[in-house]
Amino acid sequence: MSQATAAVKKDSQAEHHEELSFLYKYILPVDHKIIGMQYIFTGLIMAIIGGYFSYAFRMQLAFPGEVVPLYGLVGPGEYNMLITNHGTIMIFWVAMPVLIAGFGNYLIPLMIGCDDMVFPRLNRLSYQIFLVSALVLIASFFVTGGGFGGAWTSYPPLSSNAEYSLTDWGASLWILAVALEFVSFLLGGINFITTTMNARAPGMKMMDIPIAVWFIVIAVILFMASVGPLIAGAVMLFMDQRLGTSFFLPSGGGDPLLWQHLFWFFGHPEVYVVLLPTMGIVADVITVFSRKKLFGYRTVLYTAFATGGLSFVVWAHHQFIAGIDPRVANVFVVTTVLISIPLAEMMFSYIATLYGGSIELKTPMLWALGFLAAFLIGGVTGIYLGASALDIYFHDSYFVLAHFHYTFFPITIIGMFAALTFWFPKMFGRMMNETLGKIHFWGTFIPFNCIFLPLFFLGLAGQNRRVYNFQLYPDLATQDLQNIRIFATLSLVVMLIFQLVFIYNFFVSMFKGEKAPNNPWNANTLEWSIPSPPPHGNFKTLPTVYRGAYEYSVPGRELDYWPQNEAPK
Amino acid sequence: MHGPIATHRRATGIPTGRLAVWWLLASEIFIFGGLVTCFLLFKLNGSPGFEDAALTSVTAGAINTFVLLTSSLSIVLAHAAIENGDRVKTFRYIWYTIGGGLIFLGIKTYEYTGKIVHGHVITENLFWSFYYTMTGLHALHVIGGMVIMALISFDIRKGYNFQRVELIGIYWHFVDLVWIFLFPLLYIANF
Repeated sequence: MSQATAAVKKDSQAEHHEELSFLYKYILPVDHKIIGMQYIFTGLIMAIIGGYFSYAFRMQLAFPGEVVPLYGLVGPGEYNMLITNHGTIMIFWVAMPVLIAGFGNYLIPLMIGCDDMVFPRLNRLSYQIFLVSALVLIASFFVTGGGFGGAWTSYPPLSSNAEYSLTDWGASLWILAVALEFVSFLLGGINFITTTMNARAPGMKMMDIPIAVWFIVIAVILFMASVGPLIAGAVMLFMDQRLGTSFFLPSGGGDPLLWQHLFWFFGHPEVYVVLLPTMGIVADVITVFSRKKLFGYRTVLYTAFATGGLSFVVWAHHQFIAGIDPRVANVFVVTTVLISIPLAEMMFSYIATLYGGSIELKTPMLWALGFLAAFLIGGVTGIYLGASALDIYFHDSYFVLAHFHYTFFPITIIGMFAALTFWFPKMFGRMMNETLGKIHFWGTFIPFNCIFLPLFFLGLAGQNRRVYNFQLYPDLATQDLQNIRIFATLSLVVMLIFQLVFIYNFFVSMFKGEKAPNNPWNANTLEWSIPSPPPHGNFKTLPTVYRGAYEYSVPGRELDYWPQNEAPK
Repeated sequence: MHGPIATHRRATGIPTGRLAVWWLLASEIFIFGGLVTCFLLFKLNGSPGFEDAALTSVTAGAINTFVLLTSSLSIVLAHAAIENGDRVKTFRYIWYTIGGGLIFLGIKTYEYTGKIVHGHVITENLFWSFYYTMTGLHALHVIGGMVIMALISFDIRKGYNFQRVELIGIYWHFVDLVWIFLFPLLYIANF
């Protein structure tokens, strides 16, 4: 054999997992579990900022022109900055880091049975770039002119010219932060894919991989294939802003529509990039709490492939009224409606998994079921918007906003809580309080519906989104419509107050909760076969896998679960 | 050098480092692909300014193509040398490759200077915006590759991380390949 291979072999000689100093354990870790938690905690902090922003602008809508308690007066430019950065934060600094980078990091090596990611230091680097991107975004709120206010879609010429956006450096720092975040996730994604492809436990075949891992990896591949053109676009937009090029400016021969194509070519697959991890997490939660095998493992997987493939040919449904050729719009109507088929099939597989199971309504299961119910409404209203004729009326109205939040709120917030409550015992070695968990669930789920269901009706009544003060448009400011806005805003306040229950439960349980056993939910996947929390290096002896992840209630077995690493007799 | 056991597993049969480089290049393809597609959309729609492609020097571009392809040959020779365990030869061939990169950048600088002196700056029109963005992004990849190569060459001299010669070689071929697309688009096709 060649020298090159010999050198590799020499490197691989056993690794010692010695105790690390605080600095290397928590501040500059290479351990995937700590890095995963860094992502999750950073995401949660950003979620508080994003939630605070939504509180401020919703209060302005409900009580225009009045001083918002705990915030102050919201001016028009500030309103735009708040909505823009609420969207940006919630998608790029909450949904992505928590669902993909956070749980991906934490779960992938544990679930596939290895001691770490294949490139631990690359992993640390990708978190550090992510942290810098978050800091750049926060810094952009404090420069002269304030944070960027051109909406999270950042359409030029509004975003490219300071004389229109009025946020000269705010807009540039915003695009810089987003680009840095993309680079961080590309590096992290390479690690995820390579780890899952190469570092699986002996015996773990492709069809033995838990759906949560599969879906995170598919999501990362979708991200990788969709974000490239937007990175190029971000460079072009940055150069338009700072160097005075005209890539997106008609005055210099450019085309603002090009940005929309680049943005939505990424933006629509992005929906599935964040949806799939939640779908995967939910698959694991519902099988555990209905004690049943996942219905149609392969079907679920293939529907995810189909969704991923189709997600690349639906982007122009965001641009039906942007002046694209109507003949092209026809094609995108068909593809958009088509993509609901694999997703509906996935939903039916999940419902079939629940059917006839011994369902246990523990907190994570409530979140998982809540996700399925809420996302269903989000998905179905999406079909209305995919039809170009209807979209002409609905475009940029509160109907779109309500539809969007019925998809992204379940994905990001409900999915995150399902995962956090489910893996909390593994992460911190303690159980969360069930009663508080259920109070938090109902205190979030009911107000969530009270916020966004009424907004569908506002949209149907013709209300446009991104309006600072409806009182300026007397036709839109009738008292009945204003009452709906006040109701939605008060529901938001109630929901935000109930989050305190979660924060209390989270931190008190982390230190004072009941000690968690290795496998509190009697689940099959490999992370439950080791102590909670798992030590550095995860497994004492690396496991061998003998079966798929969903062998629950197998006839003829005494126990109703069958761990993946339990050797057959 | 320590590392987790995960790094040394090969469920696919492909070494982890090589697999990761291929995925890295896959993501790069989408970035350059996006830029090239935007360029082509404007060009094929007959946007004004693209006739300036006639002003780029095909000779300089052709020499650079030759230099870059030759440097790819020397990194292949470095890989062959390390497979035979010849560290001295490997070190030398890696530095030939870095030298090729330097010549490439030198000619590029000469071209940039000439264009800027004649007023063809990045803001002149869309063609020059694309020209500087695409070749600039490519040049950044060349510089990055050269820095990594230099680091690897010192590792080789000290006697470890031999597999990295192959990995940087794959990357260098990709940089080459991007140039093979940029050369005809920006230099030859002036319609």
